[in-house]
Amino acid sequence: MSPTSGAPSQLTQGSGTKGGIGESTLRPDGILKVTGEFAYASDMWHEDMLWGQILRSTVAHAEIVSIDTGEALATPGVYAVMTYDDLPTEVRTYGLEIQDTPVLAHGKVRHHGEPVAIVAADHPETARRAAAKIRVEYRELPVVTDEESATGPGAVLVHEGRDDHHSGHVPHPNIVHRQPIVRGDVTEARKRADVVVRGEYRFGMQDQAFLGPESGLAVPEEDGGVHLYIATQWLHSDLRQIAPVLGLPEDKVRMTLSGVGGAFGGREDLSMQIHACLLALRTGKPVKIVYNRFESFFGHVHRHPARLVYEHGATKDGKLTHLTCRIVLDGGAYASASPAVVGNASSLAVGPYVVDDVDIEAVALYTNNPPCGAMRGFGAVQACFAYEAQMDKLADRLGMDPVRLRQLNAMEQGAVMPTGQIVDSPAPVAELLRRVAAMPMPPERQWESSEGVDVRQLPGGLSNTTHGEGVVRGVGYAVGIKNVGFSEGFDDYSTARVRMEVVAGEAVATVHTAMAEVGQGGVTVHAQIARTELGVTRVTINPADTQVGSAGSTSASRQTYVTGGAVKNSCELVRERVLEIGRRRFGSYHPAWADAELLLEGGKVVTDGGEVLCDLVDLLADDVVEVEAEWRHRPTQPFDLRTGQGDGHVQYSFAAHRAVVEVDTELGLVKVVELACAQDVGKALNPLSVIGQIQGGTTQGLGIAVMEEIIVDPRTAKVRNPSFTDYLIPTILDTPTIPVDVLELADDHAPYGLRGIGEAPTLSSTPAVLAAIRAATGLELNRAPVRPEHLTGTA
Amino acid sequence: MDFLRPASWEEALAAKAEHPTAVPIAGGTDVMVEINFDHCRPEYLLDLTRIGDLYEWEVGDESVRLGASVPYTRIMERLRGELPGLALASHTVASPQIRNRGGVGGNLGTASPAGDAHPALLAAGAEVEAESVRGTRRIPIDDFYTGVKRNALAPDELIRAVHVTKADGPQQYAKVGTRNAMVIAVCAFGLALHPRTRSVRTGVGSAAPTPVRARTAEEFLAAALDEGGFWENGKVITPSVVKQFADLCAGACNPIDDVRGTASYRRHAVGVLARRTLTWTWESYRGSRRLSEGAA
Repeated sequence: MSPTSGAPSQLTQGSGTKGGIGESTLRPDGILKVTGEFAYASDMWHEDMLWGQILRSTVAHAEIVSIDTGEALATPGVYAVMTYDDLPTEVRTYGLEIQDTPVLAHGKVRHHGEPVAIVAADHPETARRAAAKIRVEYRELPVVTDEESATGPGAVLVHEGRDDHHSGHVPHPNIVHRQPIVRGDVTEARKRADVVVRGEYRFGMQDQAFLGPESGLAVPEEDGGVHLYIATQWLHSDLRQIAPVLGLPEDKVRMTLSGVGGAFGGREDLSMQIHACLLALRTGKPVKIVYNRFESFFGHVHRHPARLVYEHGATKDGKLTHLTCRIVLDGGAYASASPAVVGNASSLAVGPYVVDDVDIEAVALYTNNPPCGAMRGFGAVQACFAYEAQMDKLADRLGMDPVRLRQLNAMEQGAVMPTGQIVDSPAPVAELLRRVAAMPMPPERQWESSEGVDVRQLPGGLSNTTHGEGVVRGVGYAVGIKNVGFSEGFDDYSTARVRMEVVAGEAVATVHTAMAEVGQGGVTVHAQIARTELGVTRVTINPADTQVGSAGSTSASRQTYVTGGAVKNSCELVRERVLEIGRRRFGSYHPAWADAELLLEGGKVVTDGGEVLCDLVDLLADDVVEVEAEWRHRPTQPFDLRTGQGDGHVQYSFAAHRAVVEVDTELGLVKVVELACAQDVGKALNPLSVIGQIQGGTTQGLGIAVMEEIIVDPRTAKVRNPSFTDYLIPTILDTPTIPVDVLELADDHAPYGLRGIGEAPTLSSTPAVLAAIRAATGLELNRAPVRPEHLTGTA
Repeated sequence: MDFLRPASWEEALAAKAEHPTAVPIAGGTDVMVEINFDHCRPEYLLDLTRIGDLYEWEVGDESVRLGASVPYTRIMERLRGELPGLALASHTVASPQIRNRGGVGGNLGTASPAGDAHPALLAAGAEVEAESVRGTRRIPIDDFYTGVKRNALAPDELIRAVHVTKADGPQQYAKVGTRNAMVIAVCAFGLALHPRTRSVRTGVGSAAPTPVRARTAEEFLAAALDEGGFWENGKVITPSVVKQFADLCAGACNPIDDVRGTASYRRHAVGVLARRTLTWTWESYRGSRRLSEGAA
């Protein structure tokens, strides 16, 4: 038996039907997951392994006066205690774009929960107790918590002596990155406005709240390297950051994806990867680290809280004249993905509307709040919340129907973005709104029946707070725009290795990529693509690891597009090679080998006219055809630092929502009755997965609308609710019916015409719910999440 | 941490006498959370799950003797008639899995102001049966909660049962949380009409350092119901009386601002819950009177 258990294995998928693209084939990992048999990273085990524990700062901003590890080291069962001084090389920081995050704190901590020391012991409880015995003396520093304390006179610098590539152009060292986008002439355009509405909006700090906490197992190898089994979103990005800190070449750090229990952006940054490797190399033993839920809240970045100030102008017939906005994102103590989030927030700040004259600015701050970075929707979520509130405000001022106003200003194919980029694929914004508005409304007073009142259907649910008293229904609409893929000139490629051979008398395909399957269903889609392109039934998906080229990140709604595109491309190359073999072997028997379009279907080579030329089993015989190739979508450009102009995005994705809510107006409790969604997906490769993504994204948007928020004490910058007891996410009783209308308008630039889908529904869900609550209560409600206090005047 | 596993109640009492710092554990739905969060590391855990008696209940003439470990699910399913307020409160406890394990003994032992059972016990009227090697005593529920997460138990005492007065009239329970299920109370309110004694009892949760009764409100309402002859005539209670009762209940709160809600919201919400639960219970009382008159 292998000394390691819980390591990922191959997933082989047969299929009763063709199982190609467009079919709702089932997930190969689905049954394992629902029956509890799927091995997540936290289930990994190795004989003789040690357990790692991280000691984290108890204060947000302080100098470290001293660290005493003596008592911890003397604890029986403890194998190693490491601090900054024990790091093996001069590379002691990491980061996605700016390497500003210390592996272990050096002389200073900049946020609550920052790693200060690490311990390895033979039992997790021993490791925990030993970590608690490390004595750290802090000298507390004033905390930077908002724009005023970050950039006002005498502001304390979170990072001194910055020399990163953004430091030269930012107006203040506590600003990570600033992106203006200026187009047209707002001053002139404002003169044409009959109506101007302004608003200031606030968006809370949301957590990804993935269910599988951070975990991994580092196993030292005989060649002096290390093998890390890890739950992550992008193996090669991790590798690039880990290897230099360990002082190892990248080929001595082997990485294998282990079972990932959700991600939503929270695994783009490193968590315990380097710590586990350091302890494994130091002790010569395998080291496992698993965060508990409490630590997980400190162990990954969150969604940027934001303050957004908008001005919209329109003519009296509802045409937008101009827009100005300023978006301030709180990036917390370290840069993480902040610069890219700024790029998204600014370039998508207008929403899916046509406005020729705009003046936009987005900044991300360095503060002593928890670091913020990637989360589903990535900068576009905060903007959508604000511009959609503005559109409702404008409709109200103009006396127009809010859907009509949106449709009147909706962009369509050929529209020009504020960045100057032309939208050159379908942009059915008005149509998506029409579709959600046309869906039948849920019946009124659905909580009443001949049996009496069903409190589960009412605000407050099982808590029995109302039997209908104070309950008012409201309806709201929203639509959003999200980019797909990595933007601003990033080389956003993916790699796929595809093999075709005969196994047990059947032609089978094997797909090997480094794509992180985090629950999105990528492994299902890869098998579907291989079946479609190679005409096989059986497809084996190899575990993702660094033995194959990078697949890029499972982020930005990009994996089906980019790694799906890479798999398609490699399959096409395999097919060409297979047909070459066929021509060589059988070409003389039939003229079609030379002059017809040939396909692989049902295990055979067929002509486009449907004539069978040969069986793949006969064609391949003992040959193995294998191709590994990189694949790229169209390149993008950086945004100009002064004007924001540039073809920065790969593709745009659109979704619209209609929310129906019932609000207990006296208690300020909300029941979302229905959240209808219409989304253009280009091509649904797996319709069932598409619906799942849309419903999941919609629910995550609902969460931030009415309950989810990490609460940070503004005086101390300490997190007040790091647990699922007080960080609430929707239960099934909070999750409404989510009817989904899927539109498939092909994007000719994308594989199969598909459009990335994972994020767009998270954008419009939140403002639709807020709009519905405003409609029910008549309140202005400029912040998400909305809490009962805000609805009852008791904040 | 030592894990003590007494096989009988007597052994449990002896263990508690020997180790007064031992933390009793039955369903573990409170204790394990505390341990997992590292909020406490008791020297001893005293496992009560082998003591079958704690999972039993007995319906008497005046009250129900409810074993400390009877799970909330049982209360919901089996004691809805005798203990309607507590059954409603049990419905609001966490998730089905936790309701299958947790019981009232744990709520009383922890004595958190947010414990879901407390307002229902205060409103119904109850006595906690506490026992030690020194003997047994019954602590009136009104005297049981002595401070934030503190109760009247002596260090060597264990909760064996709670004697809850059987309902002689309608009871209601409502709890506010910012999620529609599986949520800790921002505030909660229990109300019991006691037609036999022409009295009203209340319980307020999560809105003061301990669970409390809104005594001024109770006295006001009892007097108003008497004066207006409402118990006899079964009329709709004057809206101004309902309003004043609600205001007095809100006034009985002494809440704090925390991550779950503001003090001001809690006070407001308790007032709304008091008004609604009074309306529901009174409607129910009137309905039952009409029924009994119709039968007569």
